[in-house]
Amino acid sequence: MAKTVEGLYYSESHEWVKVEGNVAVIGITDFAQHAMGDLSYVDMPEVDDEFEAGEEFGAVESVKAASDLFCPVSGTVVEINEELEDAPELLNQDAFANWIMKVEMSDPSELEGLMDAAAYEAMCANE
Amino acid sequence: MEDNLLKTCLYDKHVALGALMSPFGGFIMPIQYTSITDEHNAVRHRAGMFDVSHMGEIFVSGPDAEKFVNHIFTNNVTGIPDGKILYGMMLYPNGTVVDDLLVYKEFEPGKYLLVVNASNIAKDYEWICAQKDGFDVEVDNASDTWGEIALQGPEAEKFAVDTLGLEPAAGLGFYTYYEAEWKGTRMIVSRTGYTGEDGFEIYCSHEAVNEIWDILLAAGVAPCGLGCRDTLRFEAGLPLYGHELSDEITPLEAGLGMFAKIKEKDFIGRDALAAQKEAGLTRKIVGIELQDKAIPRAGYPVEVDGVQVGVVTTGYRSISTDRSVCVAMVDKAYTELGTQVEIRIRKKVFPGIVTKKRFYETNYKK
Repeated sequence: MAKTVEGLYYSESHEWVKVEGNVAVIGITDFAQHAMGDLSYVDMPEVDDEFEAGEEFGAVESVKAASDLFCPVSGTVVEINEELEDAPELLNQDAFANWIMKVEMSDPSELEGLMDAAAYEAMCANE
Repeated sequence: MEDNLLKTCLYDKHVALGALMSPFGGFIMPIQYTSITDEHNAVRHRAGMFDVSHMGEIFVSGPDAEKFVNHIFTNNVTGIPDGKILYGMMLYPNGTVVDDLLVYKEFEPGKYLLVVNASNIAKDYEWICAQKDGFDVEVDNASDTWGEIALQGPEAEKFAVDTLGLEPAAGLGFYTYYEAEWKGTRMIVSRTGYTGEDGFEIYCSHEAVNEIWDILLAAGVAPCGLGCRDTLRFEAGLPLYGHELSDEITPLEAGLGMFAKIKEKDFIGRDALAAQKEAGLTRKIVGIELQDKAIPRAGYPVEVDGVQVGVVTTGYRSISTDRSVCVAMVDKAYTELGTQVEIRIRKKVFPGIVTKKRFYETNYKK
């Protein structure tokens, strides 16, 4: 059973968001890494990239397939997790401890459109 | 949709092992049991087994069998010894590919076994039957009654001999087979495979396949899904119908001209290949290696100076070499080794270099 972490926001496309002030720390969920299998590449965004909520910002790739990543909130990338460039398997080892990017939010009210852990778990149970 | 999918005789065992099941070639097949990477490495370094019971078995027999097989098959079966196996293709008159297949010369005069791709069984059978006017042959599609296990890897011979008791397997040369029996039913054991490693393909009854699977599993042979079957064959430079071969690609374009004997004999599609060779190819399958870690996938464009010059047919982060590599159909002008090209992956382009289409040194036992 894939795990979730309380206190985070979750998107329908299996990203998680941890809020630190006005910054959204974004990663993929344990459910997502499990569904993808062994990850071999993370297509990272670049610092200063701007994304709208729901816009594609990169991809994670397993042996078999690429899976697009979607930005849960609008904003500007302020930091990326460069560790993942050489070690994408960190996402398989712990999807919540290894974030992908940090985004300075332009409209934090968008967080209200995301799910909490319980709602996300319920959604995954139906997939 | 899944209701229409066929199941192999090992379906229940795959499900019990917790395999990830997915449609392939009209069948519901195991993609992986644990992880594609682990299963891939099991075959490269130890031994793995695949349920390939979805493959098709079509028997051709009769007084004109040799002549007929030569008519529909690109390789030359004239006078090949009993127990010999040849790889080749069946072509349409325009030189594109109906299917790629193995032809087994049986130990009886005028008898051949054609092993074809699962996704093409019905099409192939119909095609073969449509060509037999004027030939005294019988064509029998026995795909539903045969099961098949591929036992592959450097330890495959050890498991075949010590675990299954198939002593004669040790003496088989590459691309030959022998007639065996499993509890009184017919069994074909060939030194063939689709992984780039030594190994065997074992054809037998559904009941025998189930028994052999259990025995190998208990002996520690890793069950392997179609996920790693594809990464293994890809690294070894072996084509997959629908990717490197299709009804829009000729064997010459696929770099498989050595299996089409246009100088030795006539066959359906021969004249088209001869004409293509005379005129010169306009495109060809090549390997491409990227410097970056981004992964090229089937369908991604190959570009030079922003202009598309080809398309990726299969690509992976190679498990054995840890490099991002692909095979691609590329305009002839860009097929020389060392040519610099770019591959468009989502929004970015990544530089790559044209290489040979085999990325892994194969370990066949001759």
